[in-house]
Order: sequence, then structure tokens, then C-alpha cells
Amino acid sequence: MDRNRSTGNPRIGLVQFPGSNCDADCIDAMKRLFHIDLLPIWHDTANLPPVDGLILPGGFSYGDYLRGGALASCSKIMPAIKKFASQGGAILGICNGFQVLTESHLLPGILLKNAFQGFICKNVQLAVASGTSAYHERLAGRSYKVPIAHGEGRYYVSPDELKRLQDQGQILFQYCDEQGQVSEKANPNGAVAEIAGILSENGRILGMMPHPERASDTLLGSEDGRFILEAFLATVL
Amino acid sequence: MQKEFLQQFQNIAGHKRAALISDQDQQLKPLLKTHKINESEYQTLLGIVGRRPTLAELGVFSAMWSEHCSYKSSKIHLRKLPTTGPEVVVGPGENAGVVRLSGKLCAAFKMESHNHPSYIEPYQGAATGVGGILRDVFCMGARPVANLNSLRFGERAHPRSHYLFAQVVKGVGDYGNCVGIPTVAGSVSFDKTYNGNILVNAMTVGLIHEDRIFKGYASGQHNLVVYVGSATGRDGIHGASMASDSFSSQQSGERSTVQVGDPFAEKLLLEATLEVVERKLVVGLQDMGAAGLTSSSFEMADRAGNGLYLNLDYVPTRAQNMTAYELLLSESQERMLLCVEPEKWLELQQCLARWELPFAVIGLVTDSGRMQIVKDQILEVDVPVAPLAESAPRYERPYQLPTRSYAVDAELRDRLRSRTPSDLLLAILADDGDKQRIYRQYDHHIGTKTVLGPEEQGAGLLWIRSDWSDGDTPYLGLAVATACNERYCAQDPYLGAAQAVLRCYRAIVATGAVALAVTDCLNYGNPEDPDVMGQIVAGIDGIALACQELKTPVVSGNVSLYNQTDGVSIAPTPMIGMVGKHKDVRKAAAAICRDPGALFLLRPKQLQHYLGGSMAAKILDLQQQREPIPEPHWKAEREAALILQRLTEAGHLLAARDVGAGGVLTTLSKMVLHQNAPSLGFAANIAAGVPEAERMLHYFGESGATYILQVKPGVDLKVFVGPLHELELVPIGSVHAGPSMQIDGQELKHVPLQQSAAASLSI
Repeated sequence: MDRNRSTGNPRIGLVQFPGSNCDADCIDAMKRLFHIDLLPIWHDTANLPPVDGLILPGGFSYGDYLRGGALASCSKIMPAIKKFASQGGAILGICNGFQVLTESHLLPGILLKNAFQGFICKNVQLAVASGTSAYHERLAGRSYKVPIAHGEGRYYVSPDELKRLQDQGQILFQYCDEQGQVSEKANPNGAVAEIAGILSENGRILGMMPHPERASDTLLGSEDGRFILEAFLATVL
Repeated sequence: MQKEFLQQFQNIAGHKRAALISDQDQQLKPLLKTHKINESEYQTLLGIVGRRPTLAELGVFSAMWSEHCSYKSSKIHLRKLPTTGPEVVVGPGENAGVVRLSGKLCAAFKMESHNHPSYIEPYQGAATGVGGILRDVFCMGARPVANLNSLRFGERAHPRSHYLFAQVVKGVGDYGNCVGIPTVAGSVSFDKTYNGNILVNAMTVGLIHEDRIFKGYASGQHNLVVYVGSATGRDGIHGASMASDSFSSQQSGERSTVQVGDPFAEKLLLEATLEVVERKLVVGLQDMGAAGLTSSSFEMADRAGNGLYLNLDYVPTRAQNMTAYELLLSESQERMLLCVEPEKWLELQQCLARWELPFAVIGLVTDSGRMQIVKDQILEVDVPVAPLAESAPRYERPYQLPTRSYAVDAELRDRLRSRTPSDLLLAILADDGDKQRIYRQYDHHIGTKTVLGPEEQGAGLLWIRSDWSDGDTPYLGLAVATACNERYCAQDPYLGAAQAVLRCYRAIVATGAVALAVTDCLNYGNPEDPDVMGQIVAGIDGIALACQELKTPVVSGNVSLYNQTDGVSIAPTPMIGMVGKHKDVRKAAAAICRDPGALFLLRPKQLQHYLGGSMAAKILDLQQQREPIPEPHWKAEREAALILQRLTEAGHLLAARDVGAGGVLTTLSKMVLHQNAPSLGFAANIAAGVPEAERMLHYFGESGATYILQVKPGVDLKVFVGPLHELELVPIGSVHAGPSMQIDGQELKHVPLQQSAAASLSI
């Protein structure tokens, strides 16, 4: 891949929809933690600039009055993102970015309204499910404290599809308790199989409801997000 | 564009004037009544206009002279508030106040009420309240970084309370979450005084560079006036005069005057506005808040000493056949008025189009000094600008200052003595409830600045990193708090208001920050009642006193009057919002304990325990009681602030919390019994040597200048603090791991207390 030769850093694009509101947080976290300048890409372009990886940030892409990410999946930039994905491009979709990825069928399943119907903002613990992807290998062996903030984060797939995800090791994160035990009690939104984040079949696309960019300093409550962002960078590199 | 409008303006004399209102008493009187313009105000109006007004003109005057827009009952008293100080950059009168944080970095902030709309339609009322205050802050060019809210509902058993509570909280959350502004602190309570009139007060704090503060001027002869944002509908017509009216219980079907919010449009407007300011594409901008297009256009013209020509045919609409009257008075949300030089118009259009916002040139700046508004070739409004603002009525309404005699209330003290500490604490914690039910619905992490959030139940603290501040203050903090104890204000409107300022001051001080400045939102009943007017005067005096003593000037604010239903006014509720500055957020003290550690009480040497307006009195359910509320001890408050700042700077504190409602025992319990740490307990001696009969007073009595400190191991606090003047530092025990709570050797019922504290706010 054709990297930014002056710094050796990967070129990572940040897709901005008009209602994206975690874009600035992603830019700030990547800069603060890794000295990487994200490359903002506005939603109304049909062509991606040359990038090595993409982040789809959280927010309310087009207001999302219909369903999170539903309109964004039909946006002008989407075919280019799909093309990037089909070439094995590394993509990280966070919160609304995850919704955009499922609505665009780049990841299986759907994100429904939280089980109790309301918005939830809190820190959760994430356990790493079993699997053999680069993400799994890098992150396994501990749990991660990362905040969630969403109204539609209840991941759902049919039982058959769930089995496929399990068999192929596509589940990356599950909600767990402080001791790392995955449990229904630790599941904040009613997601099927306590799923908080999943991977594409090729292990290159990660969609997750929790916000790693927010867990980017102990002063902010946790710095565990750093490891997750690092794992994404490792798939880019 | 300019040419087209210039031509129209030059042809203005050829337009027919809209019909004037009738001078027949039978028609005139009801018309004036619905517009809330009294006889003497009408005479002033006739003097200004020089003839009878058109209906649109009457609507304009009604809105501009409403209590909400003109502060006609409160203005002469508001002058008493201290508004200047070395850190004040912009004081009252602008869209928001601005205070310096560090170098050229400033905080812009304001609080505003949306009480009446929220009672009629709680979800939209609360949501648009958040939207309105956000626009006040970002139209100055500031980027909002924190929201706060203070909510007051009727007693929980009241049939409407649950519905109002659930919808207001959802409305506040959905709007702020979508725009992407964290809600970091707030206050809530339930009291029967709000049964028929809830309070929804929202505050926004933004960051701005001193050189980029933007004001709403329509200047520059023949510059273009541009409308930006959502299309105009019929929503919110007469909102400003509704907010200046009182309710009767039959009226709650009045939904048509409530605005509907679109937070996505607000987000676009926010980004577009900040981009426009950053790129210097406009000469002035103003949000369309109360009284919509009318107030924004008059205010912008008035500030610049200019006139405006507007053609309403160009206003984007989303309802058919809207009249000039409706277009001028609609309070549709998420709209801005811009004034732009013709050379910048193309660039401005490109910027607005990128954000997919509707926009239109609707007029131009003139040197006529008049507001001339045309629709369908008819001259609907033609009035001079300056006299309308200058001649806004000012009332020195008669008032009766509250006079009450205070005494020891034997019945209250008897009831207090008859309870055990465990039982009363249980009842207080149950009444307070776990606020997670509220703040879990608010995104409080977005923006990645939140160091202390709503879990703390104290001040919010934001980490302002070097992308905003200068390089030499990498751990700069912005502390924010809001509070008002309405029980204190009901008991003593003067000192109660001072205590509201103090409550915010102490919450900010407890983090180790320095308090800087205040915004207020004065919620009172009907000012035409001399007793209520007396409460307002006393409240403003109380705020003025506290702000002078604490050197925290008032830089912005809002007045909400006529908070009454069926003739019964609410308890005075002068809500206070405060901002402070923290030198190093790494050293900030939390308001809750997360680890074991030694406990100290920092308190006045001559400590008195007050029961007036106390939490204990509320729980013991005395309808009327005669005890006084805490008397402020200013020297002690300031000394405590200095000590807290020194302790924080030295990094000695694990936690610090001011002793508030419910007294020392309640405050200590709240520090320990929370959901954010493993099970903790405490063993403390608060009333050692106090006779048995007096102990409950020491546990639950309320005071001031008192803080519970949790200290890092190995720190000899007494040596560090040194000699004290007004205060004393008393070791009271420690926080330990494991479920047991001991007070003066007496075991409290830990399990039920913990359950009670963890139980969701039940309503």
C-alpha cells in the first residue's frame, strides 16, 4: 500500500456525515494517542482519496429519525466505501458507524432500539469472544472498560446467522461484568448473545457500539480504548 | 440579489399599507387584551407609530414588550446585580455572558427557562429549551462543550408528575444527544409547589477565543439580510407572550403554541454558524428565539442603529398561506438571521449549501432607522426601530418584602428526636433516589472532556486540552454547577437566593476549582402580586449579596415570571448556574469515595445547625415551620475555598464534598453509598460528646462552609493546612471496604440503606 512517506503513518480517512458528532473525538484521540492525523472525508463525494483505512464515527448521520444509519447507507459516498471494503480495506465503525455498516450490509445483522427503549450512557466492560482474527489475537486475555452512548444498540441476528457468526469467530466483543464474565445482567441493551462488536468474514471490518475513542485517558475514566484503536491500526498496517 | 432588493425598497412608497386595527372600543379592547397590551402601553405605541397600528405591528409590539423579551417588571431591580470583574469579557445584554478562563480562552454561558411550553408539551418543550440555549451560546461564535439542566416537578404522587418527568428527561436527552453536547451536571427535585407549574431550566457552556466573540449587528448600508435554517411554520406563535402569562388548569390543551424541535437541523446550524464566524463571512448574526423573526430583526437593527427592509415573500415556509403576522411571530426552531456583505454572499451560500440548510435573502439594511416589512406587495410593518426598544415599558411594580419571624420550632425538634439516625437517613435517601434514571439518558462522555460527570452529583468538570487552551496549561479545567434549594427560598426568599449561589460555589470549590461567574434563571410567580414582587426583589438582593461577597459577577440570565396556576404562585426558585476554572484536572477531587481513606470535616468554628427548609423538615412532613435557614458566613466560605484549592493543588485529596441538604450524615452516606465502586462503608464520629437529645441535629442539621474531605494516606492534613481563622479541621473517622456504617459507635442499617440509595428514583 502507498503510505504517507514523510511520516510512515498510515493514512486513515474519517467519513463525516452531516450529523456525525463523534468525528472530532476520533480526530483528537488518534492524534493524542498515536500522533496520527485523520483525513476527514465529507459524505457527498463519490470517490475516496487514497487511504489505508477508514473510520466511521458515531453520531446521528442524517438525523436518524428513521433508523440509525438507514439514510447514510444510501449516501453518495457509500459505493466507494463498499468498493474499499471489497478490496479488503480496514474499516472501523463506531456506534452510528456500526449502524451504517449493518444498514449497508457490510456487516451482518441489525441494531434495534435498546430493550428498555431509552438512550443509555455508561461505562461497560467488554470481553473478547473466541476467534482467530488478528483482532482476537491481539485483544484476547483481558476485558476492556469502554463507554456506550446509544438509543439503538441492541444487536440482532437470526439464530442461524448467530451460529454462523459464532462458528466463524466473527464475534469480537461481548458485554461482561467486572470479572470478565459474559452475562445477560451485564448486557445494557438486550443485544443477542450479549454482542457489542462484530467482524466481517475477512476480519477486516469491525463494527462496535462502545466508543473506544472516549476511553482514551485515565482522566476520562478509562484508557482501555487505546488497545482497541491500536488493534485497528494493526489491521491497517 | 442586492439590486433586486434595493429596487423593491425604493418602490416601497408605492405599496399599499395593510389595514389598520379598528379604533372601536368593542373590537379594540379584546384585541389589546389578547396581545397583553394595556391602555397606557397602547398610548405609548400610538406615539411611536404616529397612527393606529396594523395587526402585524400590534403583534410585533406585543412580543417585543412581553415580560419575556423586555424584562419590564424586573429590569429596574436587575440593575442591582454585580456584573463586572477582571475576568468578565461580556456581561449581561448579549446572547450569553463571557468570562475569561486562561489567556484568550473564554467560556460563554447562559441559562434559560422553558417552563410553560414544557408543562403543555413536555417532550418538545424540554427539547426546544435545550435547543434555544444552545443557539444563544453558539450564535456568539462559541462552541458548546457542556449542557446542564435544573428540573423541578410536582410531588411524585401527583397524577401528572410521572408523565411530565419521563417526557422532559427524554426531551432534554434526545436533543442534546443528537446535537452531540454532553450533559455533565444538573439538579432535580419534586415538590408540591410545582404541581401545576414545572420548571425546566437549561444551561449551556461554550468555549470561545476572546478575539472571535461575535455580536448580533445588522450593520453596513444595504448589506443583505439572510434567513438560515428550518422553514417557518405556525408553531410557537405567541410563545413569548405565553411565557409571560399564567396558567389556568383548563388551559393545558394549548399545544398549538409549543414549538417542535429538530436536533439534526440544530447540529447543521451549529456547524454552519461556527464555520461562518470562523471564516468571517458575515457581519452579524442572531438566533431567532422568543418572538422569532421579530425580535431577531429588531435587536440586530437596534444594536447597529439601522433600519431594515424585509420582504416576507422570500421566507422559507412549511405551512400554506401564512400571514405576515404569523411569519413575524412564529417561533419555529433552529433558525438564524444573518447580515452579510454582498461580496461575501456567494461564499456564504456555498458554506450554507454544504450544510444542507435552507436559506434565503429576505431583505437589506437601510439607513431609514425604520423596520419596513412587506408581504404580497403590502406594507405590513412600518415603525421606527430605536423608539420601540427604548420605550419598552418599565414597571416599578409595588412590592411587599417578605417579613417573617423565625423561632425554634418545638414540634419539628420533637419529631426529629423521635426518629433514629438509620430511619431518617433511610427516608431521606429514598426520597432522593438514585439519579441514574435521569443521567443515563444523557450522553455525558461525548466531547471526551468529562473528568467529573453526573455520577458525582456535584459540579461537572471538563478537561480543556491544548487544542483550546495555550500550550502552557495542558490540564486546564472548566467546572460547572447549577442549583437552587427551593425549600430555603420558600422559607426565606432573600437568604435562600444567596444560598443558591453558595451551593454552586461550594460544588465548584469542592473540585478544587476557583469560582468565576454566574448566570441566573429567576423563576417566580405573578409579579402583579405585591408579595410575589417582594420575593423577586428579595431574591435579586440575595443573589447580589452573594455574588459580591464571593466575587462571582452575574454575566447573563433570564427571568421567568407568571409561574402560577389557578392563582397559586410557585415557591421562589432563583436557579443559579456557575462556572469555575481548575488549574489541573489531574488533581481534581471527586465528590464520591472510590477507595478507603481517612475522613475530615472542614467546618466553621462556631458551627450552627439549622433546620429551616432542611431535608429533615421535608421528610418529617411539617407543612409550616418557623425555623430559620442557614445564615451565610462569608469569611468562612472564602477561607474554605482557599483551603480546598491548596489541598487540591498539593494533590492531597481523594474526595471532597460540600455538606448540603440532609446535613453531614446524609452527605457522608451519599459519598459512600453509590453505584460506581465496590461496597464501601464508614466509621465516623460526628457528634462526639454531644448530648443524646442533640445528636440528630448534628447529623441532619444544615449549615454552610462545611466540607467532608477524604485524604490520601500518609498526609498529615493538620500540619499542611496550618492555622485557621474561621474554620476548624476535625478528623472524623474513615471510609473502609465492606458493608458496615458506624456513626458515633452506633451501627446503621447498611443493607437497607444501600438498597434505598440504589433504588431508582421512583415516580
